[in-house]
Formats: sequence, structure tokens, C-alpha cells
Amino acid sequence: MKRERIYGMMAEFDSAQSLIDAAKRTHEAGYNKIDAYSPFPIEGLAEEIGFYHDEVPLVVLIGGIIGGCTGYLMQYWMSAVDYPLNIGGKPYHSWPAFIVITFEMTILFAGISAVFGMLALNGLPMPYHPVFNVPRFSSASKDRFFLIVFSSDKKYDPVGTRNFLEALGPRSISEVPS
Amino acid sequence: MEEQYKATVDAPVMEPGHTFATVTEKISAIVLTRPASNGWFIGFGIAFLMTMMMLYAIGYLVLKGIGIWGVTIPIGWGFAIVNFVWWIGIGHAGTLISAILLLLRQSWRNSINRFAEAMTLFAVACAGIFPAIHVGRPWLAYWLFPYPSTMGVWPQFRSPLMWDVFAVSTYATISALFWFIGLIPDMATLRDRATHPTARIIYGMLSLGWRGSARHWHRYETAYLLLAGLATPLVLSVHTVVSFDFAIGIVPGWHTTIFPPYFVAGAIYSGFAMVLMLAIPIRKIYGLEDFITELHLQNAAKVMLATGLIVAYGYGIEAFMGWYSGDRYDAFTIWNRLHGPYAVPYWALLICNIFIPQVLWIRKLRTSPVALFFISGVILIGMWLERFIIVVVSLHRDFLTSSWGMYYPTRWDWMTYIGTIGMFLAAMFLFLRLLPAISIFEMRTLLPEAEVKE
Repeated sequence: MKRERIYGMMAEFDSAQSLIDAAKRTHEAGYNKIDAYSPFPIEGLAEEIGFYHDEVPLVVLIGGIIGGCTGYLMQYWMSAVDYPLNIGGKPYHSWPAFIVITFEMTILFAGISAVFGMLALNGLPMPYHPVFNVPRFSSASKDRFFLIVFSSDKKYDPVGTRNFLEALGPRSISEVPS
Repeated sequence: MEEQYKATVDAPVMEPGHTFATVTEKISAIVLTRPASNGWFIGFGIAFLMTMMMLYAIGYLVLKGIGIWGVTIPIGWGFAIVNFVWWIGIGHAGTLISAILLLLRQSWRNSINRFAEAMTLFAVACAGIFPAIHVGRPWLAYWLFPYPSTMGVWPQFRSPLMWDVFAVSTYATISALFWFIGLIPDMATLRDRATHPTARIIYGMLSLGWRGSARHWHRYETAYLLLAGLATPLVLSVHTVVSFDFAIGIVPGWHTTIFPPYFVAGAIYSGFAMVLMLAIPIRKIYGLEDFITELHLQNAAKVMLATGLIVAYGYGIEAFMGWYSGDRYDAFTIWNRLHGPYAVPYWALLICNIFIPQVLWIRKLRTSPVALFFISGVILIGMWLERFIIVVVSLHRDFLTSSWGMYYPTRWDWMTYIGTIGMFLAAMFLFLRLLPAISIFEMRTLLPEAEVKE
């Protein structure tokens, strides 16, 4: 794929409300490849930029199932198959005694899947990203809100997109070099 | 009438007048710009020396063996298990605050969850030391884990001690992950605020390149919520499994079905006491009264009052069952607690855990930081005594008079115990200076300007 010289056009906003309104209007105007940045999670913002499919719950479910099966089968195999040991006359396959560790392993695997699944789906860790080339972007982790239209968008046009973003009433607009 | 109403309105979650910028600056300044005071160095120095004392005591233990401790048959579980249960219980409040209160949408948790989670991690780290050094040959503690060894045998999965290994290691792992995932967005804030190049690089690496994209936030919140949902049953299971270590045995004083709920309540009780003992000085010294308000102190006090009553109910049921079961050994256990050689710690326990905390019914004391600090200290002592009574007093006189004995902790026991307190405080001191003690991004969501209409 050809690497674009310009990554996108970025607009800076003052408040969460103006960002969410701007994101809505940009998406409605036909821009599909956009993203929004905020210093805290804003409810409904992801939907406004056209993000609906969150796979994290599925990853966690799969992780939990694998963990539970691993926990139970590990205990079964070790206690009843590989080295059956008579302890206090209890059955080799003492399933009620195996439940606690099965439960803990379910939680362990599901929890690890939640964290690392989320990071992997988000493409993190990512030490370099073009948006950091914009000096003002450092306040995205404090009190500013940003909207970007990627240059890979079909409707992207250096002049037209800038004019469109200008009309949304941002504090500033910058071109993001990649 | 209006006056009366005003007097009963609770303090706000955050004092008014803050913006995104002031919240960010105020919390990150503690880490980034505020110079370390002499008080910090003295406090950290003392805690560090205590940690060294602990390492000395453990080193000597490895050299000489478990005989340097007071443990002896019939009391094979001495301070090590008492301290293990005490520390792990303290950790529980952190998870309760960060996970259970998140699921219950208690937004007041946002300003205390970060350091409560740190407290959990450090408390679990202190707890983890004890079983490892208690096994007799600590260098073989890894035998507890199921790994393919040349001996060909596997751990005994029908034993609650084995369940405990899995419960506590899962708990430590999930607590660490939960803490780290919560820190990622704040690490990005510190990365963008730090002026020192080394600080920028370290915080930058810890932030994993977080940029606050809406897609990322969405997945982040889902993962955070799911993790909270997983941590909630986990935290309840951990102290339940700890109580199984006792309840599954047949020793009178251990073999009761009330143990799981009563242990969990006791854990949260002592944990909130520790949260208050940390929060009260921290908010004062670092000027965080705007974020950790009277409301937080009051709510924590109410949780302590409620869990304290559950604990009191547990003591009551133990005594009742001693009589009602008709079992002479159970009855003797209760009599022995009240009148035996360890009657003084038992009565002290009742005073610390049941009687003194009842003053929390008084509103004035619930909102007084000084009073709460001391009451919390009393509760922490009381909860330590509770575990001492459960472990030592149950073991020292069981079925046969021929196997009765007494337990006398040695200075090595005390050095190890006090040393872990030092290690806990030293870690806390470092945490305050190196990481944001209050979750910055979650505080931003509490501001009125964070609200949006669609």
C-alpha cells in the first residue's frame, strides 16, 4: 500500500459536546474514515464515528471457556489419569473438590484475555503514531477534544475537508503529517 | 426545617469549581512538579529500614529453619498464617472499591479507587510472603504449583490449601492487571505533561502509546467493565477459599459453615479501615480534600459499620452454635476463648471489633478525620486479633488434653510481621511519588462539563 504523505486533517474542540456534535455531522456528511480523541471516555462517541463492533466480550468469553476447561481437565488428568493417588479413600475423580480451581482458572484466563485482548484489538502498544506529530495534540490527554478525517477517506480533499471542518467551529485545524 | 435539611445533605463527591485542566494539573503535579519533602524522606526511610528488618528476619529463617519462630505442635500455624489472612483481607477493600462499586455505579469510588487498588497489590504482596516462608523449606515453595517434575507426582487438588494457591495467585494477577489497565490513560497524561526527558520516556512506555481514540475508549471501557465483573466473584471467592483452609478441617473453632461470609465481611471491614488510615493523611498532606471529601470518609465509615455488624453476627453465631450444637468440644472452645489463657486477646478483640466501632453511629465522628483515623487503627488491631484467636486459640486446645500447648511468638515472628508493615508503607510511599494516586481520567468524567447530550 502506498504510504500517504499526509495522514489526515485534524480539528480541535473545546468541549465534549462540540466534539460529539462535530463527529455526528462529519459522519453524516459521508466521511467514513474518521476518528475522535478525548481525555476521557464519552458515551456514544464511538457510535457517532461509525464504530459498532466491539469484539472484546467475545475474546473474554473464549478466554473464560478455555480457562475453565483447562482448569478442570488439568485436575482430572493429574489426579485420575497420570498419577492416581488414593488420598483418604476419596475418588480419583473428585469433581466437587475440583470446582474451586476450575472457577479460579476461568477468572484468570478471562481476565488476562480482557486486558490483552483489548490492547491487541486497539493495536497497542504503539510507540509512534502520526497524530502525535501535531503539537497541540498533547492536550488530548488533558482538556481538549480532537476529530480527524484520515487522508485515506474517499471524500478526503485537502481544501474541501478543511473547509468542511472549519464550518464546524473548531478552535484550530491542523494537517497531520505521517 | 430548611436548616435541618441542610445539615443532613451529604458532602459532594468533588468540591465545586474544578475543570478538566485543574483536575489534571492538581493530581499530576504531585508526581511531576512537587518536590519530595523531608517528611516523605523520613517516612520512606523508616519504612525502608523496617523492610530491611523483614529481609533480615527472613534471611535468618532460611539459614536456621522454622524453629526460630514460636510455632510448635500443637500450634503449627502461628503468626505466618495470622498475618497472611490479615494482609489478604486488607487487600479486599481495594477490589471492592474498584470493581463492585463500579458495577453499582457509585461514582464516589473514582477518587479513591487508584490508591485502594495499589493498597490491594501491596497487601497481597505482603500476604504472599507468609505462606511461602511458612512451608519450612521456602526454596521449595514452587512445589505448590502443578509443573511437570522429575518426581512425577502432582499437587493434591482435593486440599483447600491447593485451592488457596490458585485463588491467591489469580487474585494477585487480576488485581495487578486491573490496576495497570486503569493507569494506561493517566500514563498518557503524565507523558504529555512531563518535562524531564527520562520521565517522558518512562511514562510514554507505560502508556503503551495511548492516544484516547474513541474506538480505543470503547473497547477499553468494555474490558474494564468485564474485568470488574470478573473481579467481583473473584474477590468474594478469595476469602471464602481462605476460610476453607480452616473450615474444612475438623478442629473445633474452625469447622463451621459461617466462616465464608464472616471472613469476607471481616476482610472488607479491615480493608476499609486501612483505606481510611491511608486516605486521611494523604488527603491532608497532598491537599486533596477537594477530591477525597467528607462524603468519602462517611461512606467508608458506613461500610465499616455494616461489615462490622456482620462480623459481630459471626461471633454471635459461633458462640450460639457452641451451645446449640451440644458438641462438648465446640462448647469448650467458646468457654476457652472467654476464660482460657488467651482470654485477654479475645476480650480485646470484642472491644476493638464490636464495641468501639459502634461510635460510628454518631454522625459527627463519621465525618471527623481524626476520630476515623483512630477508630480505623482500632479495627485493624481487632481484625488481627480475630485471626490470632482463630488460628492459635483453636489449635492450642483441641480434643485431647494430652496434646494441649501454648504459643509464644518470638522476636523473629514480630520482626517479620512489623517488617511487612514497613514493606507495605515503603511501597505506598513510592507509589505516591511515582504514579497518580487518584485516577485522573475518571475524575474528569465526574465534572459537569463531561456530560453530553446526543
